[in-house]
Amino acid sequence: MNPCRSISAWLVASPIRGAALPGLVLAGAVLALGIPRYGWVNPYIQMVLVYIGINIILAGSLNLVNGYMGEFSVGHAGFMAVGAYTASVLTFKVFHLAGASWLFPVAIVAGGLAAAVCGLLVAIPSFRTRGDYLAIVTLAFLMIVKSVIENTSYVEGASGLFGMKRLTTLPWVYFWMVVTLWVIRNFIYSKYGRGMLAIREDELAADLMGVRTRRVKILVFMLSSFFAGVAGGLYAHYLQYISPRSFDILKSTDILIMVYLGGVASLGGSILGATLYQVLLEVLRPSTFNEAFQWLPAPLFQWLSDHVFNQLDIWRMLIMPLLLILVMLYRPRGILGLREWPLLVPERDRPGKRPSAGKGGGA
Amino acid sequence: MDAKYILQQALNALQLGSIYALIALGYTLVYGVLTMINFAHGDVFMVGAFLCFSAAVLLELPFVPALLFSMAGTALLGAAIERIAYKPLRRAPRVSAIITALGVGIFLESAMLALNPYPKSIPTLIDNVTWTFGGVTVSSLQLLIIALSLGLMLLLDFVVYRTKTGMAMRAISWDRALVPLMGVPVDRVVTLTFALGGALAGAAGTMYGLAYPVIDPYMGIMVGWKAFIAAVVGGIGNIRGAMIGAFILGGVEILVVAFLPSTYRDFVAFSLLLILLMFRPHGILGKTRAQKV
Amino acid sequence: MSPLLEACEVTHCFGGLCAVNRFSLRLEPGELVGLIGPNGAGKTTVFNLVTGVYRATRGSIRLNGTELVGRDPHRITALGIARTFQNIRLFKDLTVLDNVRIAHYAAMRYSPFEAVLRAGRYRAEERRVLQRSRELLAEFGLEACADEPAASLPYGQQRRLEIVRALATEPRLLLLDEPAAGMNPNEIGRLMDFIRQIRQSHALTILLIEHQMKLVMGLCERIQVLDFGATIAGGTPAEIQRHPKVLEAYLGVEEGA
Repeated sequence: MNPCRSISAWLVASPIRGAALPGLVLAGAVLALGIPRYGWVNPYIQMVLVYIGINIILAGSLNLVNGYMGEFSVGHAGFMAVGAYTASVLTFKVFHLAGASWLFPVAIVAGGLAAAVCGLLVAIPSFRTRGDYLAIVTLAFLMIVKSVIENTSYVEGASGLFGMKRLTTLPWVYFWMVVTLWVIRNFIYSKYGRGMLAIREDELAADLMGVRTRRVKILVFMLSSFFAGVAGGLYAHYLQYISPRSFDILKSTDILIMVYLGGVASLGGSILGATLYQVLLEVLRPSTFNEAFQWLPAPLFQWLSDHVFNQLDIWRMLIMPLLLILVMLYRPRGILGLREWPLLVPERDRPGKRPSAGKGGGA
Repeated sequence: MDAKYILQQALNALQLGSIYALIALGYTLVYGVLTMINFAHGDVFMVGAFLCFSAAVLLELPFVPALLFSMAGTALLGAAIERIAYKPLRRAPRVSAIITALGVGIFLESAMLALNPYPKSIPTLIDNVTWTFGGVTVSSLQLLIIALSLGLMLLLDFVVYRTKTGMAMRAISWDRALVPLMGVPVDRVVTLTFALGGALAGAAGTMYGLAYPVIDPYMGIMVGWKAFIAAVVGGIGNIRGAMIGAFILGGVEILVVAFLPSTYRDFVAFSLLLILLMFRPHGILGKTRAQKV
Repeated sequence: MSPLLEACEVTHCFGGLCAVNRFSLRLEPGELVGLIGPNGAGKTTVFNLVTGVYRATRGSIRLNGTELVGRDPHRITALGIARTFQNIRLFKDLTVLDNVRIAHYAAMRYSPFEAVLRAGRYRAEERRVLQRSRELLAEFGLEACADEPAASLPYGQQRRLEIVRALATEPRLLLLDEPAAGMNPNEIGRLMDFIRQIRQSHALTILLIEHQMKLVMGLCERIQVLDFGATIAGGTPAEIQRHPKVLEAYLGVEEGA
């Protein structure tokens, strides 16, 4: 049983259900603001939290295209790159000169918009091609973006941009993560979102039921790439260094793993997948285990440390793909595939909780 | 730009195209039979290069046994991957198998990185003689790569179009639901297809390792994607298409590097790919299957 | 009275082969017409031409005087034509309710921004469509399985849901492609009642393709017979049953006989 699912099911059923989601968001905001200010957790964990937040934005937005719409995009890192470079050029070369780093949110939005325009470009081939061929189009897009950056001396080409201010903070990441999830959720439970699901199930039937499939595809691609761009901007202003190599096919693969590990067509799945991915990557280090198991008898500890824990640096990269393969073999749609945490579903769309037809709807 | 230069580059393109073609055939074979993209295939190619390295350095084998060792190893690897990771997913959504393939690929990369943390270089296994014909330099290695690739391709063509197993493979790609009723052992044929593709990738890895200075655990990613694109350009699922696509891609890449700064290589190659797909969405030799309503 | 649908000399060729050849059809409002013919006669192609899946090579198709040739399927649906499919094409993984709600796409008026910001219009429209969809499901006895995935319904119910989904687009003309396929005589009887019922309650004009002669002869007021893409006969069920060309097409008459 999935604990998050049970907890959110309990919250939905509990008397505080109306306030459960806003309450959680508020609690998160308090933590996001309080942690950096009062140092409730150490800087290392703060860093991990920032990465988890950015990963959730990336996984949630990719899930729109790959999970909900059923296309297969491998170009998410390309949209991220567009956002990262646009935002960085703005803060670094424009706003910085004007002495206005408080314009950071503007830069992030601009990065998102630039990525969304690229999303539009990728959406157009999707009118005619699907599946494997669209995967190639997105791959080509990623490679072209990389190549253009490599050949643009204004952004230092292949050597990359560095020296951006560290404007990305935990509260900002949290803010954008909440915005992303809120917007995507509202989109999913609208006519456009249902149109997107219909395209996944049967594109022609969707068209014949009145869904304007091209329009929906454009919207989905633009929305998805907008948030990939936002994540890119946040990433650039946290790392303070970006290069074309930060956004290669491996980056896309990482995001794909998060989406399919957590589950397709599920925002809860994306949150879970992104978190699990980052946490596993961080936990599977020699130091974690060497610190955690010091209470063991010394000879046993020494043996474990030498033969298991200290080998983790070499072998931890094997655990992630193994986990992915196992999840796919036993749950081909991912851990939470096609299911949602009840808490994230708007009241009107909860099974069994819907008001009956006679009484009229209403939240 | 004189004719000699162009001829020289054409030779280089032929060499690169041969390697792409051997890998592209593996993608296309599997796609033809299962309509599945085996994203781990590029990494099978990488393993092939490392197997050749092991054969040459650790076992001190000469060229032909090293090549056969590598091909046998990758054939086994290909078949094992199919049995362990893909076969249980035949009835699952198609994407699940693709993601599993991606996972297998990463697994192979990481495992190889754990075993070989540093890039390696395969020793020269054959005497490299160069000849000069009117200003054009040809090396024996180059000729070997091209000849061997062409030989393997002809062999594959023979297997697919002239043998009973090949007929079974083509029958499965035609209608997977029907062939078991006609007594075709689908599982065995599918595994054999993966083994065949693996062996070709092993040969490609060996030749790549001989022709280019270093091999590393991540070399399969980019070469694999490129070979996949070659298969798509030719019309995925079509064996002759994969060969054509591979030589076109090799030619384009070499030409771009010859006439433009090398950083434009990917840009031009991928832009051409997009333009081609716009006009021929199913590749050069690919067939459009009409959707039934 | 002007016709609801008028197809005039419609021709559609794939390569050199014409699946539909100079096909003409007039449907008056409220009519129930059958389209029959041997397998491969081009019946489903006619549906695909009318609904915009294929674009006619020549000829015109008008709905209330509006030309349909060259329009996208979703536009034609919005103009008032809905259809079902020979082999059921429901949105299998989605719930029964969502299958019906999707068909309201064109009738829901709010922008993507209003959706994302949960504006008042979005909420009002969603409420309206939810209620309307539940009423439709209740009308056809499917409300109990509203939250089940469409694929989990038994075959007969899936056929029924497909018709309900088509009705949700609020069509004036309903095209049914072999609605009785795979049904036993009992079920066919119920289906006939069902078609009569929706024709009344939803003020529909219906064009249907069917091989089950019991249904076609018992239900349709007029029948048009296709063979090799061309109309070979037309008339009332009684006339069609006696028509020599129809007997020839269906039974195959010996050369020179």
